[in-house]
Amino acid sequence: MSLLSNAAVLLGKELRTEFRSRELLTTTVVFILIVIVLFSFTFDPTSDESRRFAPGLLWLAFLFASSLMLQPCFLREQHNDTLSALRLSVSDPFAIFLAKVAANTLFLLLTELLLLPIFAVMYNVPVIRVMHWLLLVFALASLGISTAGTALSAISAQARMRELMLPLLMLPLLTPILVASTEVTKRLFEREPSVQWTGIGFLAVFDVVFLTALWLFGEYLLEE
Amino acid sequence: MTPPAFSPAGLRFENIDKRYGGLLALRSVSLAIAPGECVVFAGRNGSGKTTLLRIAARLVRPSRGSVSFSGKTGDVEEDAIRPGFVAHATMVYDELTAEENLLLFARLQDVEKPENRVDALLKEVGLSERRASLVRTFSRGMRQRVAIARALLHEPAVLLFDEPATGLDPQGVAWLAEAIRRLRDSGRTILMSLHGESEISSLGTRAIRLDAGSIAADTRTGSTFRSILTFADA
Repeated sequence: MSLLSNAAVLLGKELRTEFRSRELLTTTVVFILIVIVLFSFTFDPTSDESRRFAPGLLWLAFLFASSLMLQPCFLREQHNDTLSALRLSVSDPFAIFLAKVAANTLFLLLTELLLLPIFAVMYNVPVIRVMHWLLLVFALASLGISTAGTALSAISAQARMRELMLPLLMLPLLTPILVASTEVTKRLFEREPSVQWTGIGFLAVFDVVFLTALWLFGEYLLEE
Repeated sequence: MTPPAFSPAGLRFENIDKRYGGLLALRSVSLAIAPGECVVFAGRNGSGKTTLLRIAARLVRPSRGSVSFSGKTGDVEEDAIRPGFVAHATMVYDELTAEENLLLFARLQDVEKPENRVDALLKEVGLSERRASLVRTFSRGMRQRVAIARALLHEPAVLLFDEPATGLDPQGVAWLAEAIRRLRDSGRTILMSLHGESEISSLGTRAIRLDAGSIAADTRTGSTFRSILTFADA
């Protein structure tokens, strides 16, 4: 069976279990909502200030929330040792990663799209006219966060103090994504929006590099 | 029991060492297991039974040495034999139903007509009527039945049981013993790690005691066979 069909079967499992429990989505949406609302209580920005600071706040909230979302990614597979069952069943261990990366990217994208209107209203930033560009940034950044985060989740699941380990490893590693996404989003929120292609290019390269690394070395991350 | 669709296979462990950091879990284990043998591994906690079975399943890479499988016509390629593995952890998803779990693993293993195979196995393990129930609503014994069905999906010639009776009540142990007996009689090669004598250990045709990662005793006959199991339980 090919890598892609194995990954598709596993993606179906990831989606089914999540939509049945909605644990990850609910937690992540509520977390980001709290951050956005709390920030809006602590300062009362003018429209210009919002354009400057809100993108950074938005991506920080997404980044912290993703560390929550990615934490159980491999921990859940340890509960009944289902990771061993998957390893015994798939022909290529990369299928396990591919499915998890795809599922995490979809969950993160869904969360971002659910919260974008609330963010736009609370911080008074125009999003509709640049929606297609925002979708591109969300997709590229979410894929990068999920790829690196899924790999680190596999590492941290086997470590001591695993709950602390993932954010400690993930947040510094994803700083380049935070900076690039914030810069691209900031330009899109300006009065005269523009697309920062270097930022978008950087996000795309980050995704390709980390996906390739996961494909080459992912098998070793699953070994006992 | 479904008619066998596998070719009998044996295993050969050659000079296996397994080191976890500073701990040597297995030391120079060499062992040949003939097709159709039912081998009971006994030994105290930490003696290396689980590590040896997980190496046979290719879940753990040995630090030194190799495992190879042999068929009727000699050695077979490493990937040609995919052992079925049942452990005390059920290795199935609590959030999926019994049927969803089995279909998932059947599709991953490219089992032909997965729906039919899952139907047959659910009947075989007596869970047809609970096929649509979430595994998290199952008793320990029922979960272990799903685990056995999962391990049998691809008709493996080699089955590995790692303390499969842990947490089962006497009825569960009796059911498991009967299931293993049928699997043994179908010609499959079975390796199982157990604690002490039980209905299940009596199914063994060979007993091997591991002590601190090495083979301390290996027998196929009556009184010595029993002493290996009882000594390991001490």
